[in-house]
Amino acid sequence: MGIIDKLNKDFESRVRLGIMSILMVNEWVDFTEMKTLLNITDGNLASHSAALEKAEYIEIKKEFVGKKPKTSYQVTEKGRQAFKEHLSYLEKLMKS
Amino acid sequence: MNQKHQEDLAHIRSMMERSSRFISLSGLSGVFAGLSAMVGGMYVYLLFKSNGIDYFTDEHRSYSFALVKELFWIGVAIMFFAVLFGIFFTIRKSKKYSLPIWTSATKNMLFNLGVPLVVGGIFCLALIYYGIYGFVAPATLIFYGLAVINAEKYTFSDVKYLGFSQLLLGLISLFLIGYGLIFWIIGFGILHILYGLMMFRKYK
Repeated sequence: MGIIDKLNKDFESRVRLGIMSILMVNEWVDFTEMKTLLNITDGNLASHSAALEKAEYIEIKKEFVGKKPKTSYQVTEKGRQAFKEHLSYLEKLMKS
Repeated sequence: MNQKHQEDLAHIRSMMERSSRFISLSGLSGVFAGLSAMVGGMYVYLLFKSNGIDYFTDEHRSYSFALVKELFWIGVAIMFFAVLFGIFFTIRKSKKYSLPIWTSATKNMLFNLGVPLVVGGIFCLALIYYGIYGFVAPATLIFYGLAVINAEKYTFSDVKYLGFSQLLLGLISLFLIGYGLIFWIIGFGILHILYGLMMFRKYK
Protein backbone atom coordinates (compact mmCIF):
# COMPACT_ATOMS: atom_id res chain seq x y z
CA MET A 1 0.00 0.00 0.00
CA GLY A 2 1.51 3.35 -1.04
CA ILE A 3 1.77 6.30 1.27
CA ILE A 4 -0.83 8.22 -0.76
CA ASP A 5 -3.48 5.67 0.22
CA LYS A 6 -2.87 6.45 3.85
CA LEU A 7 -3.97 10.06 3.46
CA ASN A 8 -7.27 10.48 5.22
CA LYS A 9 -10.13 11.01 2.74
CA ASP A 10 -12.11 12.88 5.36
CA PHE A 11 -9.55 15.66 5.28
CA GLU A 12 -9.44 16.11 1.55
CA SER A 13 -11.49 19.30 1.57
CA ARG A 14 -9.76 22.55 2.43
CA VAL A 15 -12.66 23.57 4.68
CA ARG A 16 -12.41 20.41 6.79
CA LEU A 17 -8.68 20.84 7.01
CA GLY A 18 -9.28 24.39 8.25
CA ILE A 19 -11.86 23.33 10.85
CA MET A 20 -9.51 20.68 12.21
CA SER A 21 -6.50 23.06 12.26
CA ILE A 22 -8.43 25.66 14.23
CA LEU A 23 -9.74 23.10 16.70
CA MET A 24 -6.27 21.64 17.25
CA VAL A 25 -5.10 24.91 18.82
CA ASN A 26 -8.34 26.18 20.41
CA GLU A 27 -10.58 24.52 22.96
CA TRP A 28 -14.16 25.46 22.03
CA VAL A 29 -14.79 27.57 18.94
CA ASP A 30 -18.26 28.90 18.17
CA PHE A 31 -20.04 28.94 14.83
CA THR A 32 -19.59 32.66 14.06
CA GLU A 33 -15.91 32.71 14.88
CA MET A 34 -15.28 29.56 12.84
CA LYS A 35 -17.18 31.03 9.92
CA THR A 36 -15.23 34.30 9.90
CA LEU A 37 -11.87 32.57 10.37
CA LEU A 38 -12.48 30.27 7.43
CA ASN A 39 -14.30 32.92 5.42
CA ILE A 40 -17.09 30.57 4.32
CA THR A 41 -20.89 30.58 4.28
CA ASP A 42 -23.22 29.21 6.99
CA GLY A 43 -24.33 26.27 4.85
CA ASN A 44 -20.81 25.36 3.89
CA LEU A 45 -19.66 25.25 7.50
CA ALA A 46 -22.77 23.34 8.61
CA SER A 47 -22.32 20.57 6.04
CA HIS A 48 -18.59 20.11 6.57
CA SER A 49 -18.86 20.16 10.35
CA ALA A 50 -21.68 17.61 10.16
CA ALA A 51 -19.44 15.32 8.11
CA LEU A 52 -16.63 15.63 10.63
CA GLU A 53 -19.06 14.93 13.45
CA LYS A 54 -20.28 11.83 11.67
CA ALA A 55 -16.69 10.59 11.47
CA GLU A 56 -16.49 11.27 15.24
CA TYR A 57 -13.61 13.69 14.72
CA ILE A 58 -15.36 16.64 16.29
CA GLU A 59 -18.03 17.21 18.90
CA ILE A 60 -20.82 19.72 18.26
CA LYS A 61 -22.45 21.42 21.22
CA LYS A 62 -25.72 23.27 20.80
CA GLU A 63 -26.94 25.49 23.60
CA PHE A 64 -28.97 28.63 24.23
CA VAL A 65 -27.37 31.85 25.35
CA GLY A 66 -30.41 33.85 26.41
CA LYS A 67 -32.78 33.28 23.54
CA LYS A 68 -30.10 32.83 20.88
CA PRO A 69 -28.95 29.36 19.87
CA LYS A 70 -25.19 28.91 19.96
CA THR A 71 -23.23 26.16 18.26
CA SER A 72 -19.68 25.35 19.32
CA TYR A 73 -17.12 22.83 18.16
CA GLN A 74 -14.44 20.82 19.90
CA VAL A 75 -12.06 18.21 18.55
CA THR A 76 -12.39 14.66 19.91
CA GLU A 77 -9.48 12.43 20.90
CA LYS A 78 -10.10 10.33 17.79
CA GLY A 79 -10.06 13.45 15.63
CA ARG A 80 -6.84 14.68 17.21
CA GLN A 81 -5.15 11.34 16.49
CA ALA A 82 -6.43 11.18 12.92
CA PHE A 83 -5.38 14.74 12.18
CA LYS A 84 -1.90 14.20 13.62
CA GLU A 85 -1.45 11.11 11.44
CA HIS A 86 -2.69 13.00 8.40
CA LEU A 87 -0.26 15.80 9.14
CA SER A 88 2.74 13.51 9.52
CA TYR A 89 1.87 11.73 6.24
CA LEU A 90 1.67 15.10 4.51
CA GLU A 91 5.05 16.02 5.89
CA LYS A 92 6.54 12.70 4.86
CA LEU A 93 5.18 13.19 1.36
CA MET A 94 6.80 16.58 1.15
CA LYS A 95 10.17 15.18 2.17
CA SER A 96 10.17 12.27 -0.30
CA MET B 1 -0.34 16.34 -6.35
CA ASN B 2 2.73 17.57 -4.54
CA GLN B 3 1.55 21.12 -5.08
CA LYS B 4 -1.77 20.37 -3.39
CA HIS B 5 -0.09 18.85 -0.33
CA GLN B 6 2.18 21.81 0.01
CA GLU B 7 -0.80 24.14 -0.12
CA ASP B 8 -2.63 21.96 2.42
CA LEU B 9 0.26 22.27 4.85
CA ALA B 10 0.47 26.03 4.33
CA HIS B 11 -3.29 26.28 4.89
CA ILE B 12 -3.07 24.27 8.13
CA ARG B 13 -0.27 26.45 9.42
CA SER B 14 -2.04 29.69 8.54
CA MET B 15 -5.35 28.57 10.10
CA MET B 16 -3.62 27.56 13.34
CA GLU B 17 -1.81 30.89 13.43
CA ARG B 18 -4.84 33.03 12.55
CA SER B 19 -7.11 31.34 15.07
CA SER B 20 -4.77 31.31 18.04
CA ARG B 21 -2.93 34.60 17.77
CA PHE B 22 -4.05 38.20 17.64
CA ILE B 23 -2.33 39.30 14.44
CA SER B 24 -4.29 42.46 13.64
CA LEU B 25 -1.91 44.43 15.82
CA SER B 26 -0.30 47.04 13.62
CA GLY B 27 3.22 48.37 14.05
CA LEU B 28 1.74 51.84 13.62
CA SER B 29 -0.08 51.37 16.95
CA GLY B 30 3.34 51.13 18.58
CA VAL B 31 4.68 54.16 16.72
CA PHE B 32 1.76 56.37 17.73
CA ALA B 33 1.73 55.09 21.32
CA GLY B 34 5.42 56.03 21.41
CA LEU B 35 4.73 59.47 19.97
CA SER B 36 2.00 60.09 22.56
CA ALA B 37 4.45 59.16 25.32
CA MET B 38 7.15 61.44 23.85
CA VAL B 39 4.80 64.43 23.62
CA GLY B 40 3.53 63.69 27.14
CA GLY B 41 7.08 63.37 28.47
CA MET B 42 8.15 66.67 26.90
CA TYR B 43 5.09 68.34 28.35
CA VAL B 44 5.97 67.03 31.81
CA TYR B 45 9.52 68.36 31.45
CA LEU B 46 8.17 71.81 30.58
CA LEU B 47 5.67 71.57 33.42
CA PHE B 48 8.52 70.94 35.86
CA LYS B 49 10.32 73.94 34.45
CA SER B 50 7.32 76.22 34.88
CA ASN B 51 7.10 75.00 38.48
CA GLY B 52 10.67 76.09 39.06
CA ILE B 53 12.15 72.56 38.91
CA ASP B 54 15.07 71.98 36.54
CA TYR B 55 14.90 68.24 36.04
CA PHE B 56 18.56 67.66 35.23
CA THR B 57 20.23 69.79 37.87
CA ASP B 58 18.06 69.81 40.98
CA GLU B 59 19.20 66.94 43.17
CA HIS B 60 16.41 67.00 45.70
CA ARG B 61 13.18 67.85 44.07
CA SER B 62 10.01 68.20 46.02
CA TYR B 63 6.66 67.88 44.38
CA SER B 64 3.55 69.63 45.55
CA PHE B 65 0.36 67.65 45.76
CA ALA B 66 -1.16 69.76 42.97
CA LEU B 67 1.76 68.90 40.69
CA VAL B 68 1.51 65.18 41.43
CA LYS B 69 -2.20 65.33 40.67
CA GLU B 70 -1.49 67.02 37.36
CA LEU B 71 1.20 64.43 36.51
CA PHE B 72 -1.28 61.68 37.22
CA TRP B 73 -3.84 63.11 34.80
CA ILE B 74 -1.18 63.62 32.12
CA GLY B 75 -0.35 59.94 32.50
CA VAL B 76 -4.02 59.02 32.10
CA ALA B 77 -4.29 61.24 28.99
CA ILE B 78 -1.20 59.64 27.40
CA MET B 79 -2.59 56.17 28.03
CA PHE B 80 -5.95 57.20 26.59
CA PHE B 81 -4.37 58.43 23.34
CA ALA B 82 -2.05 55.40 23.09
CA VAL B 83 -4.99 53.00 23.47
CA LEU B 84 -7.11 55.06 21.05
CA PHE B 85 -4.40 54.90 18.38
CA GLY B 86 -3.92 51.20 19.10
CA ILE B 87 -7.59 50.46 18.50
CA PHE B 88 -7.74 52.68 15.41
CA PHE B 89 -4.80 51.02 13.63
CA THR B 90 -5.92 47.54 14.67
CA ILE B 91 -9.35 48.07 13.13
CA ARG B 92 -7.74 49.55 10.02
CA LYS B 93 -5.38 46.60 9.58
CA SER B 94 -8.01 43.94 10.20
CA LYS B 95 -10.33 45.58 7.67
CA LYS B 96 -7.56 45.72 5.10
CA TYR B 97 -6.72 42.02 5.47
CA SER B 98 -10.30 40.97 6.38
CA LEU B 99 -9.18 39.47 9.67
CA PRO B 100 -11.75 38.96 12.43
CA ILE B 101 -11.05 41.20 15.45
CA TRP B 102 -13.05 39.99 18.43
CA THR B 103 -11.85 36.37 18.53
CA SER B 104 -10.90 34.16 21.46
CA ALA B 105 -7.24 34.91 20.62
CA THR B 106 -7.94 38.63 21.12
CA LYS B 107 -9.69 37.97 24.42
CA ASN B 108 -6.82 35.75 25.61
CA MET B 109 -4.30 38.38 24.59
CA LEU B 110 -6.15 41.18 26.42
CA PHE B 111 -6.63 39.07 29.54
CA ASN B 112 -2.96 38.08 29.71
CA LEU B 113 -1.88 41.64 29.07
CA GLY B 114 -4.43 43.07 31.48
CA VAL B 115 -3.69 41.12 34.67
CA PRO B 116 -0.12 42.39 35.23
CA LEU B 117 -1.16 45.87 34.03
CA VAL B 118 -4.01 46.19 36.53
CA VAL B 119 -1.84 44.85 39.35
CA GLY B 120 0.93 47.26 38.34
CA GLY B 121 -1.53 50.14 38.20
CA ILE B 122 -2.78 49.46 41.72
CA PHE B 123 0.81 49.04 42.91
CA CYS B 124 1.67 52.47 41.50
CA LEU B 125 -1.39 54.03 43.10
CA ALA B 126 -0.13 52.68 46.44
CA LEU B 127 3.32 54.19 45.76
CA ILE B 128 1.71 57.57 45.04
CA TYR B 129 -0.49 57.21 48.13
CA TYR B 130 2.59 56.80 50.34
CA GLY B 131 4.46 59.54 48.48
CA ILE B 132 7.16 57.20 47.11
CA TYR B 133 7.13 58.92 43.71
CA GLY B 134 10.61 57.85 42.68
CA PHE B 135 9.54 54.24 42.24
CA VAL B 136 6.53 54.97 40.05
CA ALA B 137 8.40 55.17 36.75
CA PRO B 138 10.46 51.97 37.30
CA ALA B 139 7.31 50.15 38.45
CA THR B 140 5.31 51.16 35.34
CA LEU B 141 8.14 49.94 33.08
CA ILE B 142 8.57 46.65 34.96
CA PHE B 143 4.87 45.77 35.11
CA TYR B 144 4.38 46.78 31.48
CA GLY B 145 7.32 44.58 30.44
CA LEU B 146 5.88 41.63 32.37
CA ALA B 147 2.45 42.21 30.82
CA VAL B 148 3.84 42.21 27.27
CA ILE B 149 5.88 39.05 27.89
CA ASN B 150 2.78 37.43 29.36
CA ALA B 151 0.67 38.30 26.29
CA GLU B 152 3.34 37.15 23.83
CA LYS B 153 1.88 33.69 23.27
CA TYR B 154 -1.38 35.16 21.94
CA THR B 155 0.05 37.64 19.46
CA PHE B 156 3.20 38.13 17.33
CA SER B 157 5.88 36.40 19.35
CA ASP B 158 8.32 39.23 18.52
CA VAL B 159 6.58 41.42 21.10
CA LYS B 160 8.50 39.54 23.77
CA TYR B 161 11.63 41.48 22.77
CA LEU B 162 9.76 44.70 23.48
CA GLY B 163 8.68 43.23 26.82
CA PHE B 164 12.21 42.22 27.83
CA SER B 165 13.60 45.62 26.82
CA GLN B 166 11.02 47.43 28.95
CA LEU B 167 11.72 45.07 31.84
CA LEU B 168 15.48 45.62 31.62
CA LEU B 169 15.02 49.37 31.41
CA GLY B 170 12.72 49.29 34.44
CA LEU B 171 15.25 47.29 36.45
CA ILE B 172 18.09 49.67 35.59
CA SER B 173 15.98 52.68 36.52
CA LEU B 174 15.31 51.10 39.94
CA PHE B 175 18.93 51.92 40.77
CA LEU B 176 18.85 55.39 39.24
CA ILE B 177 15.90 56.82 41.12
CA GLY B 178 15.34 60.45 40.22
CA TYR B 179 15.75 59.94 36.49
CA GLY B 180 12.40 58.26 36.06
CA LEU B 181 11.15 60.68 33.42
CA ILE B 182 14.13 59.95 31.18
CA PHE B 183 13.73 56.18 31.46
CA TRP B 184 10.02 56.58 30.97
CA ILE B 185 10.52 58.52 27.72
CA ILE B 186 13.07 55.97 26.49
CA GLY B 187 10.82 53.01 27.36
CA PHE B 188 7.35 54.14 26.45
CA GLY B 189 8.44 56.62 23.80
CA ILE B 190 11.56 55.59 21.90
CA LEU B 191 11.27 51.80 22.35
CA HIS B 192 7.65 51.82 21.17
CA ILE B 193 8.51 53.87 18.10
CA LEU B 194 11.53 51.73 17.17
CA TYR B 195 9.69 48.50 17.78
CA GLY B 196 6.58 49.71 15.96
CA LEU B 197 8.59 50.67 12.90
CA MET B 198 10.31 47.25 12.88
CA MET B 199 6.98 45.45 13.14
CA PHE B 200 5.41 47.64 10.51
CA ARG B 201 8.16 46.83 8.02
CA LYS B 202 8.16 43.13 8.85
CA TYR B 203 4.40 42.43 8.72
CA LYS B 204 3.23 45.06 6.30
